[in-house]
Order: sequence, then structure tokens, then C-alpha cells
Amino acid sequence: MLAKRIIPCLDVKDGRVVKGINFTSLAEVGDAVEMGHKYAMEGADELVYLDISATIEGRNTFAELVRRVADTVNIPFTVGGGIRSLDDAARLLDAGADKITINSAAIARPELIGEIAGRYGRQFVVVAIDAKSGPDGKWHATTHGGSRPTDKELFAWAREAEDRGAGEILFTSMDHDGTRNGYPCPVYAALSDSLGIPLIASGGAGSVDDIAAVLTDGKADAALAASIFHYGKYTVAEVKGQLAASGIPVRI
Amino acid sequence: MIAVIDYDMGNLRSLENALGRLGAQCIVTADPDIILKADRVILPGVGHAGKAMENLKALGLPNIIRSLRQPVLGICVGMQVLCRDSEEAPGVPCMGIFDAHVRRFTAAPGRKVPHMGWNNLSNMESKLLKDVPRNSYVYFVHSFYAGTCPDTVATCNYDSVMFSAALRYENFYGTQFHPEKSGLAGEQILKNFLAL
Repeated sequence: MLAKRIIPCLDVKDGRVVKGINFTSLAEVGDAVEMGHKYAMEGADELVYLDISATIEGRNTFAELVRRVADTVNIPFTVGGGIRSLDDAARLLDAGADKITINSAAIARPELIGEIAGRYGRQFVVVAIDAKSGPDGKWHATTHGGSRPTDKELFAWAREAEDRGAGEILFTSMDHDGTRNGYPCPVYAALSDSLGIPLIASGGAGSVDDIAAVLTDGKADAALAASIFHYGKYTVAEVKGQLAASGIPVRI
Repeated sequence: MIAVIDYDMGNLRSLENALGRLGAQCIVTADPDIILKADRVILPGVGHAGKAMENLKALGLPNIIRSLRQPVLGICVGMQVLCRDSEEAPGVPCMGIFDAHVRRFTAAPGRKVPHMGWNNLSNMESKLLKDVPRNSYVYFVHSFYAGTCPDTVATCNYDSVMFSAALRYENFYGTQFHPEKSGLAGEQILKNFLAL
């Protein structure tokens, strides 16, 4: 039976892992390669590394980091942050990334999804959507860490991304990210039902129950989480053990 | 020396890294002489089966590969093109080592396509899978699959579709999953291949 995936996410700035609370304050938490290796050994199913460096030096450091991660870990990993072109994606593929994730660049130029998928395959492209709910109850994609709303309605944009060649959708609720208050499960369930490709839930996990809920009620195929792992609240093995105990298929 | 066949079908770095972690020397090549002389040959591959056959033909490799007598391992699309044919490339004969047709998964509620992630192995019966615990999870990413056939040496079930997770015919082995990305189970499988 296909297992639900648990994916630790590491935000990297200048080669070091950091994690923001609602994407604003940053607290440094550790070495990116060491942490990835530790998560893989604990049973993480995949890893995501997001580059949040703002400088060219930071970007170059990230490509070097991707190379070291590829040398070290024996599970798939996805990289993202600052990918604007097919060339950017190619550089990260050459460095050893299994998948890339694109967000704002896909909103600015949706053709990018098809360009990358056409060259490297659908499985290589994860389209990330940071969405916020509006006063009318509709969800819209945002850019710039949730600060800029766009006219892309969540469901329509996710379907468009799939049609253009995305292999997975990574949906983060900017209303929940970093709050540790749980995921908006009904929105995930409706989105998962509307897609023919896997849906990864992100942002908001405060407990194993939250993750269990989004993988069952929320019908997500995978859950991405950062803070509950980085601060040692739970190990990946503890999370998966508890999920297995509640009957959710996970790789132990 | 292990020859990893380079025919422009995806990134070979993760496979090179995985072999490197096992202390194995490999050479990434499309040179028939090197491939013929190698102790082991790996045919990786991510992408379109039709494109994969086209690239192999352009390099003059299908007959070279068919003639190999050392252990050969096809991974993912590399395994699929060792089958008879694929629905992904109608009318294009593949290399026909494994007696299987490759079909497309039909999407259904609860069965998203691609089949992506960790799924478990059943009916394991091959030296390739020696010391791999029963029901081990391995990592899959694919939209097409080889049905079960006499060459099947491990199966996997995706939402009631039973398919070949691994195939074997004489010195030819194939895995639909990616051993190079399958954690400790994958490392054991690559180790077994190196020890054949």
C-alpha cells in the first residue's frame, strides 16, 4: 500500500537551516547537511530544502549544499527558492536534486511549469502555492511570503498547474503556517479530490494529531513540517510511530 | 568496473552517489566497448519510454545491451525499455528481454498518477532481493508499469493494480522503483546486484 509521506522541510540561508514563524522572524537551528542526514536516518520519506538567501553568494552556497546533500542522503529530496528559469532548474538537477519546487516564478510566468516538466519530466516539478483565505471565504495564492495577494484562486491555479505539467502540489495555508495550530483540513480534502496528482500539506503542524488529521480528513498524500522537528518536539520516528499506531500507512 | 549507461534520460548523479557510498567504482558512458567490457551494467532512466528507445537507437545500443552476458540492471524507464513494448510509445518495439507489456495506470479516486512515493514489495524471490526484509518499502515514481509475468520476481500493489516491482530474466534484472533513493532497503538491493 502506498505510504503517506512525512517530509521535513529545511529553510536554508547562506548554508544554515533557519525557520521563520509566519515567515518573518528567523531563528538559526543547524547545519543543513547534518540535519538532513539525521532526518533520513530517523525515517523521513523525503526532504525539502528551500533557499531563502537573498544574495548571489547565498545562492552559490546553496548549489554547493545541494551537491553535499546528494552525496549524503539516500532518500529523495526537493529543492526550491529563487528558481526563475529552466537554467536555474537545470543547475539544481545537475547538483543532484530529485525535484524542484517553484512558487512565485510560476505565478509570474505559468509557462515555466511546462518548460521544466517538458525537459525533465512531471515528477521533477512541484508547484508550491502559498494561499490565504479572503473575507469572501475564497482562497487566493500569494507571493513574497504571503504579503502579496494575487488573482489566482487556489483551486483553479492548482488545476492549471497540474494541466501544465506539475507532478505534485504543495499547498501552504499562510493563515496557519508557523502557528502550530493545525491545518485547514476541509480545504485540503476538497483540493486533493480536485487533483489527479499528489497533494502535500504544509504549514501549521503543532502535534502528531494535526498531521494525522490532514493525512486522513484532509486527504493529503504527504505532510511537510519544519518546526515540530527542528526544535526537537518530536523526532520523525516518533511522528511515524504514532501515525502507524493510529492506522495510517507509513513507512517504518 | 560498473558501466552506467548515459543516454540523456535524466540525472545519473544520485545513482553515482549511491554506488559511491557502497564503495563501488562506476563509469558513466555510452561507449559500446566500455559497456561490453564492464563487470556490471546499469541502465537507469527517467522520462518517456519512446524517447528512451530513440536515444538508445541513436547511440547504437539496443543490440549491444541485448548481447550482454554480465549482470545488467534496468531502473525505472531503464527497466521498462527492457520489456516488450510500452503503451507510452505505441508501435515502438522495446528490447524484449522481459516478457512484459508496459501499461499506463488509469487514474481513479484514490489512485493518483504518477504513482509516487514509498510502497512495499511482495512476492520477493530473487538473489537481487536477498536480505531485504519482507514488505520493505521502496521509492517509486512512475505513470506506467509492467504487468506481472513469468519474469516477475517482486510485486507491488497500487490501489488494487498489481504490477512488477522487479523482473529477472537470466542475467538481466529490472526494478521499477529507484534503489538509489530507497534508503537502507535500496542500498541492500544495490549491494546484492554488485555481489551477483
